[in-house]
Amino acid sequence: MQQFLQQLINGLSLGSIYALIALGYTMVYGIIKLINFAHGDMYMIGAYIGYMGITVFHLPFFPALIFSMAFCAVLGMVIERIAYKPLRNATRIAALITAIGVSFFLEYTTMRFMGAEVKTFPAVLSDKSWIIYGLRINFQQIVIFATSIILMVLLQIIVRRTKIGRAMRAVSVDADAAKLMGVDVNATISFTFAIGSALAAAAGILVGVYYNSINPLMGMAPGLKAFVAAVFGGIGIIPGAMVGGFAIGLTETMVSGYASSLYKDAVVYVLLILILLLKPSGLLGKNKKEKV
Amino acid sequence: MNTTIFSRKNLLWTVFIVALFTLIEVLMMADIIGAYYKITLMLIGINVILAVGLNIIIGITGQFSLGHAGFMSVGAYSCAITIKMFPTWWGFGLGILIGLGITFVIALLVAIPTLRLKGDYLAIATLGVGEIIRIVILNMNITNKAAGLSSIPMLNSFPLLFGFATLSVILSANFKNSAVGRACIGIKEDEIAAEAMGINTTRYKTMAFVFGALLASVAGALYASTFYVIKPESFGFAKSIDILVIVVFGGMGSLTGSVVATLALGVISLLLQPFAELRMIIYAAALIAVMVLRPQGLMGNYEFSLPKLFQRKKRKGEGA
Amino acid sequence: MSFLKVSKITKNFGGLCAVSNVSLEVEKGELVGLIGPNGAGKTTLFNLLTGVYTPTSGTIELTDNGKTTKLSSLPPYKITQNGVARTFQNIRLFKERSVLDNVKIAMNNQVHYGIFGALLRLPSFYRDEAMIDTNARELLKKVQLEDKWDTLAKNLPYGQQRQLEIARALATGAKLLFLDEPAAGMNPQETQNLTTFIREIRKDMDLTIVLIEHDMSLVMKICERIFVLDYGKLIAGGTSEEIRNNRSVIEAYLGEEEN
Repeated sequence: MQQFLQQLINGLSLGSIYALIALGYTMVYGIIKLINFAHGDMYMIGAYIGYMGITVFHLPFFPALIFSMAFCAVLGMVIERIAYKPLRNATRIAALITAIGVSFFLEYTTMRFMGAEVKTFPAVLSDKSWIIYGLRINFQQIVIFATSIILMVLLQIIVRRTKIGRAMRAVSVDADAAKLMGVDVNATISFTFAIGSALAAAAGILVGVYYNSINPLMGMAPGLKAFVAAVFGGIGIIPGAMVGGFAIGLTETMVSGYASSLYKDAVVYVLLILILLLKPSGLLGKNKKEKV
Repeated sequence: MNTTIFSRKNLLWTVFIVALFTLIEVLMMADIIGAYYKITLMLIGINVILAVGLNIIIGITGQFSLGHAGFMSVGAYSCAITIKMFPTWWGFGLGILIGLGITFVIALLVAIPTLRLKGDYLAIATLGVGEIIRIVILNMNITNKAAGLSSIPMLNSFPLLFGFATLSVILSANFKNSAVGRACIGIKEDEIAAEAMGINTTRYKTMAFVFGALLASVAGALYASTFYVIKPESFGFAKSIDILVIVVFGGMGSLTGSVVATLALGVISLLLQPFAELRMIIYAAALIAVMVLRPQGLMGNYEFSLPKLFQRKKRKGEGA
Repeated sequence: MSFLKVSKITKNFGGLCAVSNVSLEVEKGELVGLIGPNGAGKTTLFNLLTGVYTPTSGTIELTDNGKTTKLSSLPPYKITQNGVARTFQNIRLFKERSVLDNVKIAMNNQVHYGIFGALLRLPSFYRDEAMIDTNARELLKKVQLEDKWDTLAKNLPYGQQRQLEIARALATGAKLLFLDEPAAGMNPQETQNLTTFIREIRKDMDLTIVLIEHDMSLVMKICERIFVLDYGKLIAGGTSEEIRNNRSVIEAYLGEEEN
């Protein structure tokens, strides 16, 4: 039982990371039907920017977090403008390939300028931990979980209570109709990318702090798993990404703890294939059929 | 209209291929093409096999598969393990056949459920499959886990590779220019319409997928017997992307494009070798540029035709 | 035994009932019309008849030469292989392929060489390819598209695209043809040509035809019998004379009469 609860705690903090990344995937897919392959790399860039903020500008943790989120928000908007906007009317394959190109570009540029080796992330958060009822809880885990929840709540507020949020929802449903209603579709899409990227950046820094290391390819596996999470919860549905993130995080820690950590990644991919076959619209999604 | 396999067109092609092969062999024997370039040529040959196979899946049938490297690794490991035990020509042949057999089973198992998916979802599912294959190989004892296999007998040679590459292109062209190919192209254009025309779309999609996977398996076997070490990470997602880039650059649906692009990118890769990381950045930027500016790739739908080339020359001569 | 027998076909999409308890029969060789206001469920019925949708309940049976086949559980391609073909309301040609290729693809079932014949270029390949080529060109001649054989489908003028759409359905060798708004977007002259065309192919190729149309002149002129759908239900069936004077039909289209 104790093992189970311990894994649960670990799973919740891992899950919140996946949820933060998954939100970016789901929002972008919801609004322009693109699987942003480069999103995992945005998480990596966020970690590196945070790293630079702390080591070069000597920022404490939270300012570094804000700095990185802001930087990545802008970067996300720039990428959207240059690489994705021109392909808005192209085939999905073309857009996906472009996203792959962006992903590689980000990875290798980082390698070129920051070096390909693993870098140690400075320990800016205390690594204090407590033992309650025999369960170990890290201060950092609490920060991760709390930060994620706060950001997700903020996101929900933006999406449900603000004008831009309403615009985002409208464009997701029908971009042309939204345009006719006076919504600035381009700005809305840019904003969506900005938020998604900022959330991914936050996840990146939190991971950097927790695991103490970052490397240019750190975005690949979490990116893919976060995508699985987004699909699991229902791609395009924001609460779905949150649910999916926690589900995948918990699954991974459970498999790691009870079965074998070697195959934990494979299990997640198998889960992906199963979802796609059984209920592709995800846990919270609705089935849509093509009109003939 | 050709009525048999012994047609003028096939004769012209045979002459062309033999001439090309002879030229390259001569250049190699005269050491104009040195050892370093020879390795590049071998790699290009292997990539041609991978590219045309993937083009049949993606370009001709419209099924977006991102797990191609997975099948390559199955072929590579099967062959490597076999020829380490039997380092002879028979062993080599057996290795290739075993690889084909295992690939066939895996491809079929993967195809039947996943080809129901469309577009992006299929892409991600095949990506997942490729990763699962890689992780399984990474954790098996017979494949020596992360250390990979080394001291693999280098039974491959340029003539053998050239032969396999040529055969792959011929088989792919035969696939495309047939009722099977037409059905697959119909599926790519409009799957619902194709079904309404009586085409069993699942059957043809599976055929194309398995065909491509088998070619990848052969490529993998040839790779293992050329570069005497293989590791799981040689066949990861990055490799699948490498081949995808070639197919996209060349033009999805154009086999000529795949061959040309393999060559072009192989040469460019060679030239940029001294600038390792910069090369990938340029690669990635170029990929983005191609998709934004010319998404149909170099050749679009165009296929090179020897007879047509001579016809045009003849007509020009007559007009003069 | 009638050629096509539809019994109590119903299709629900979640809470919405698109087709409700429709039963009708079509005899071999008939030319039947299916009309009704927009949204009545006509295309949905076609989709049910051609396997694109699975019925929520009810059956569809095809009886030919004494053999009855249950169509309702078959996938679309099997239904086509049983001699039933359709055209689409929005034209679904293979746009980037030539006119000839479009027809050849529809003739795929006449080909006997399999993947090995294709890959190894066995004699059966050359034989069947020659046969398909001949048959395809002959069909194009029948529909007067033979000189456009290498034009890309997307480059054909609209009227000829619609013709090709029908030619493709014919190429499958079907005996029962479902035409979904074949005259949509046509001017009176084109509609007249189409009317003659439909009559001719029906006679030449011994077809049974069911067509959905909004163009009443076309329907009244060539349909021997007409079925009327409204809100998913069959509200009338009879000759053009009977339908023209049927109260419920008039109400469905024009609303109830005010006194």
